[in-house]
Amino acid sequence: MICSSSVHPFATPDCDSCPKMRLMPAPQALADAPNLPKPRVITTEPRLSDKVFRAVVTAGGLSSLVILGLIAVFLAYQGFEILVTEGLDFFTSSKWEVITDEYGDVVSYEFGLAAMLVGTMLCALVAVFVAIPVSVASALFLSFYVRGKLKAILIGSVDLMAAFPSILFGFWGFFVLMPRAEYWAMLINKYLGWIPLFAVDERVFTRSPFLAGLVLAVMIIPITTSVAREVFDQTPLDRVQAAYALGATKWAMIKAVALPYGRGGVVGGAMLGLGRAMGETVAVYTVLNIVYDINWQILFGAGGNIASLILLKFGEARPLEVQALMAAGLALFLLTLLVNFIADFIVKKSGKKGR
Amino acid sequence: MTMSTTPESLSAKQKELEKKMTEERSQSHTAPASLASVAQTKVSRPAGAKRLGTGLEARGVHAWFGKNHVLSDISVDFASGTVTALIGPSGCGKSTFIRTLNRMHEFIPTAAMAGEVLLDGKDIYAPGTDVTKIRLKVGMVFQKPNPFPSMTIGENVLAGLRLAQLKSTNKDDLVEECLIRAGLWNEVKDRLDEHGGALSGGQQQRLCIARSLAVSPHVLLMDEPCSALDPGSTLRIEETISELAESMTIIIVTHNMQQAARVSDYTAFFLSDGGPGEMVEYGKTSEIFSNPKDKRTENYVTGRFG
Repeated sequence: MICSSSVHPFATPDCDSCPKMRLMPAPQALADAPNLPKPRVITTEPRLSDKVFRAVVTAGGLSSLVILGLIAVFLAYQGFEILVTEGLDFFTSSKWEVITDEYGDVVSYEFGLAAMLVGTMLCALVAVFVAIPVSVASALFLSFYVRGKLKAILIGSVDLMAAFPSILFGFWGFFVLMPRAEYWAMLINKYLGWIPLFAVDERVFTRSPFLAGLVLAVMIIPITTSVAREVFDQTPLDRVQAAYALGATKWAMIKAVALPYGRGGVVGGAMLGLGRAMGETVAVYTVLNIVYDINWQILFGAGGNIASLILLKFGEARPLEVQALMAAGLALFLLTLLVNFIADFIVKKSGKKGR
Repeated sequence: MTMSTTPESLSAKQKELEKKMTEERSQSHTAPASLASVAQTKVSRPAGAKRLGTGLEARGVHAWFGKNHVLSDISVDFASGTVTALIGPSGCGKSTFIRTLNRMHEFIPTAAMAGEVLLDGKDIYAPGTDVTKIRLKVGMVFQKPNPFPSMTIGENVLAGLRLAQLKSTNKDDLVEECLIRAGLWNEVKDRLDEHGGALSGGQQQRLCIARSLAVSPHVLLMDEPCSALDPGSTLRIEETISELAESMTIIIVTHNMQQAARVSDYTAFFLSDGGPGEMVEYGKTSEIFSNPKDKRTENYVTGRFG
């Protein structure tokens, strides 16, 4: 643990690398005791080069926050009118229609996002549930089972896959996965149909949230794997050796040491994947049947997600509908933020136990 | 960590030990004589104690890292019920050697070895050997204390059982027995549910010793177990080693001449003159420290180099 004195001036009181900072009592407590000198105010005067560098990295760090904030403000400003007129209905109703007369003037309109919100969550959850086991398994394989050149090649290709254009996943899902997945969906429905989640009212299995979730899963497996592998690779060697020295098999070592250590990384990777899955547009648009009705049946060929709705409608939208799409965008933005906060909370709650 | 949690009985015991050691030190006048006298004043162990296994024997062990030959032709017979100290300057292959004795050597990707290591008469490198069973019988304590931070103190002690998927009928008794043998019971008996990381360094190391004892190994390898500890903790661990040696084979790597003289029955001196490490001299600890045959051994144990 390195704790150079130059760290202190910028360290927060609970900085992990500065145990002394935490042990230091509050100045008031010291001042109360008699016959003790007053604690000195400790300051450092950074050099010019330090100041310049600090300004540069601060600007860099803040810029992403500022851009994010501006996007949120822009979406809220554009969608404000729709949000006010639709009110809560915007999130609870599922109708999305604009009725115009023959001159193209809007006669009446109704914008509801409920079906898309449900669809977004369903597809993303299917994706994450499929992706996590596969990703954890491949990350463990890359970290603990494969060595040398093969390892380098595999890691390279996984990282490459993470940067693969999503339209190609969409194509592959449409032409290759869809015909086969339809059959799998039928099988799941036949044997597990008694579980409400896998039931269908009508036997339409194409272009279902399940299928879109599978395509999304393939899309997010690389990023989730990549993040999890990086954490597993940092498993402290002394603990790994301690486990082996106690007669552990590789699997026992992984269970006792690597998984507890890497849990945070796995959750973090899954959340990155979930975020990507919720915001994914093109791949979902290609393989999902967009229907404006709430559908909880993941095997049934109806659904949608917010991003693909925006893609579908934006091209022909008139100004009023564009505003509604902006509001939908804001909803997606907030949903993603919420999921990330929850994930962050889970990671912190599960804590540094295994660390 | 404060020391206020230490029970009084323990500190009394510790004082007694320290007193004994001071006496030992005061008996001698010059540095080399001091070590020799320490080596000779050890109480001999009872011969009747029940011993686990018949010991460990290394025959013509060589080791390589890639093309680098680091250890040349080491043959030692470690008898059950004895403590053997491996001494020598850094980089002479002591740790490499000790790691060939429980097949931890092969974890380094380019590592290779030659020769035989016989555990209770059987070669542990023989094809078809279940390496996890070897490591159950040949336990290891590392230089840096490494308890599993995700487990409680009690779980740490039982970690070996869990890792090797062994069954134990009475886990509570086993935890208590191992912690007593490792000299840690009094300090942790009321907080077995706390996490191991909350202990001090010396306590963590004794927890690691307790952890290796839980699977009842025949041999215990200790790779500089006290190098990161304060003198008090070192003393406790040395005491533990002496008690354990009654029933098992202990091999300890140490840079501390005093420690080697205090705890071991036999001493092996390793040295590398730029080439692979070799065992210069092996013999009774009292002989090595009072009357070494090799000039290099004498120079090393008297502190003239290294």
